[in-house]
Amino acid sequence: MESARSLLPERLPEEILGYASPTRAKIEFRGRISRSLIEEISRVKKEPDWMRRLRLRALELFEKLPTPNWVLGVEEIDLDELAHYVKPEVDQPVESWEELPKEIREYYEKLGIPELEAKLLSGLSVQFESETVYHKVKEFLERKGVIMLPMEEAVRRYPDLVKKYFTRVFPPSDHKFAALHVALWSGGAFVYVPKGVKIYEPVEAFFLIGRSLEAQFEHTLVVADEGSYIHFIEGCSAPMFKGYSFHDGMVEIYAHKNSVVKFTTIQNWSRNVINFNNKRGIAEEGARIDWIEGSIGSKITYTYPSTILRGRGASSSSIVVQLAKGPYIKDSGSKMIHLAPDTRSRIVNKSISVDGGVNIYRGLVRVVRGAKRARSHVECQSLILDDRSIAYTYPHNQVDEPTAQVTHEATTGRIGEDQLFYLQQRGLTEQEATSLLVMGFLEDVMADLPFEYASVLRRVIEIEFARLGGVG
Amino acid sequence: MPELLEIRDLHVDVEGKRVLKGVNLTLRPGEVHAVMGPNGSGKSTLAYTIAGRPGYEVVEGDILVEGESIVDLEPEERALKGIFLGFQEPPPLPGVRLSSLVVAAVNKRMGVESLSRAADPRIFRKLVEALQKVGLGPEYAQRELHVGFSGGEKKRAEVAQALVLDPKIVILDEPDSGLDIDGVRIVASIIKELRDSGKGILLITHYARLLQYVKPDSVTVLLDGRVAARGGPELAEEIEKKGYTAVARA
Repeated sequence: MESARSLLPERLPEEILGYASPTRAKIEFRGRISRSLIEEISRVKKEPDWMRRLRLRALELFEKLPTPNWVLGVEEIDLDELAHYVKPEVDQPVESWEELPKEIREYYEKLGIPELEAKLLSGLSVQFESETVYHKVKEFLERKGVIMLPMEEAVRRYPDLVKKYFTRVFPPSDHKFAALHVALWSGGAFVYVPKGVKIYEPVEAFFLIGRSLEAQFEHTLVVADEGSYIHFIEGCSAPMFKGYSFHDGMVEIYAHKNSVVKFTTIQNWSRNVINFNNKRGIAEEGARIDWIEGSIGSKITYTYPSTILRGRGASSSSIVVQLAKGPYIKDSGSKMIHLAPDTRSRIVNKSISVDGGVNIYRGLVRVVRGAKRARSHVECQSLILDDRSIAYTYPHNQVDEPTAQVTHEATTGRIGEDQLFYLQQRGLTEQEATSLLVMGFLEDVMADLPFEYASVLRRVIEIEFARLGGVG
Repeated sequence: MPELLEIRDLHVDVEGKRVLKGVNLTLRPGEVHAVMGPNGSGKSTLAYTIAGRPGYEVVEGDILVEGESIVDLEPEERALKGIFLGFQEPPPLPGVRLSSLVVAAVNKRMGVESLSRAADPRIFRKLVEALQKVGLGPEYAQRELHVGFSGGEKKRAEVAQALVLDPKIVILDEPDSGLDIDGVRIVASIIKELRDSGKGILLITHYARLLQYVKPDSVTVLLDGRVAARGGPELAEEIEKKGYTAVARA
């Protein structure tokens, strides 16, 4: 415990990062989303023509597709007033922290990212505003033929490889904000793991939004070739600022035959960020994709980790922990699409609603005809800590295969007066008792997180609940 | 020299109903004070009121620990002053391991802010030893507390915490119910150990069975919220023979 604790943030991002410190932008494109704006972004990035055309096609889709009417908070976003591309004063991603401007570097230092990198990670890609500013991969990854690059560099250096997968997992036609993302994407990381290569030390991408009225559209693409293994962690955070910023990121995973991809997200945006997330993976024969999402921060979050189980015997799990504390909304849910026989999936959703927070689970399990013996189990557990807070569960099952087994369990719990009194009698305050019970509620999913990240999550929850102004 | 625990003319309302109607009682270090009485006589109310359970309203009288009134203190403040309550029906705590609870509780007593990292690494050994004494295996340290525990396991786990947390005043609310005879013997030996280490023990019990194994220094009989009789260990034997009503009438 000792060593991990000493290098981990002990406070919430808002407190650690405080108010946004002014950073200068080298380039900023703000205002109405148009063809010329997209041409400009493409030009600044010196992109190949195929990517420019892909963006423009996505723009057309964005203009055509309807705004989803069930998404709360959309009306708050005025796309015309946002900066859609902000390049900080860092020309190229650097390989040492000292090379970063002080005010940018300090954000990551305050979050303890460099220490985490040294201790745990085999590669780290760090984004500030719209661009990757730091990128470093340990030598043994390169020796094993693993490619980990800032997305833009991957587009330039490995166009054929990128072209094969980019937007093939999550097409821009899927919905309006997927199209917007593809039209405006900037930053993110590309990872390719060659056949049979297994990397057990995780790689991480960390995203930071440093100012108000900014839109961030990073694109992450992970390709695991046959029989390989990779664990990708993404983290995000933001300081406090006036007004809001908008995040519309995308993650695509392609897991080839018998490969394993673990994808862990610790989302800890400040309360100024409206967070849309597009996450999808395809699992081929015998492959496995495991999603874990700790959805802690942000003002509003929409995230639905999804796996398309395309090959026989493919499997996937998705564990989402969502905390809505205060006047904030977490709308999430996992989706498992079973297209092949003997595919298996498991969804666990744990939500904690407190101080007027709203949690929504909106999940989907689909089994097509012919996906014989497919099995799926969905488990939704909601913990509601007071009468002002809410949890909704909307599970959807579409099962067209008679031999499939799809099961669903949903429970809603509250913390009992007797439990609180019992713990208070042992010397804990009501808040500490609550935080211990909340951690107990999450205990079984903590086991799936790397130790250091479980510690972070534990600590964040401990702090969050230590401050509750009286429960119940 | 103030008493370890002094209860003065205590009147307590629960849900608007008067349950305790003027109870007096003192407890000294190294003393076992048995509180007996039939169901509904106010024994558990007395225990909860001393521990500060919300909803147990002191309308008259006082509770003093080492001369200081505690009736305005929060339950956790009372706990940190050295009051420990072994529950008659402890609630299950899903996901909360006994070891996590003990670490948090010991850290609080040491004034350490973090609840999850053991400030005193010896605590785990102490816990395992305590579990061994009450006849539970070391694996119980990692069990979710009181989840799926049998009646007897609950009692043993409560008494084990009294050993680890080192309180001054140990209130045990029917620590023998649900226990087989071996269990009763074990609990009695723990009570003796606690007494011999100088703790004051308020032993709430319905039946005199436990008192055959641990001789109380004083016995108070409660009937309908009042002290109906008081005496030494012989009073417990009398109750066993004649029943509560006869003893109260005498």
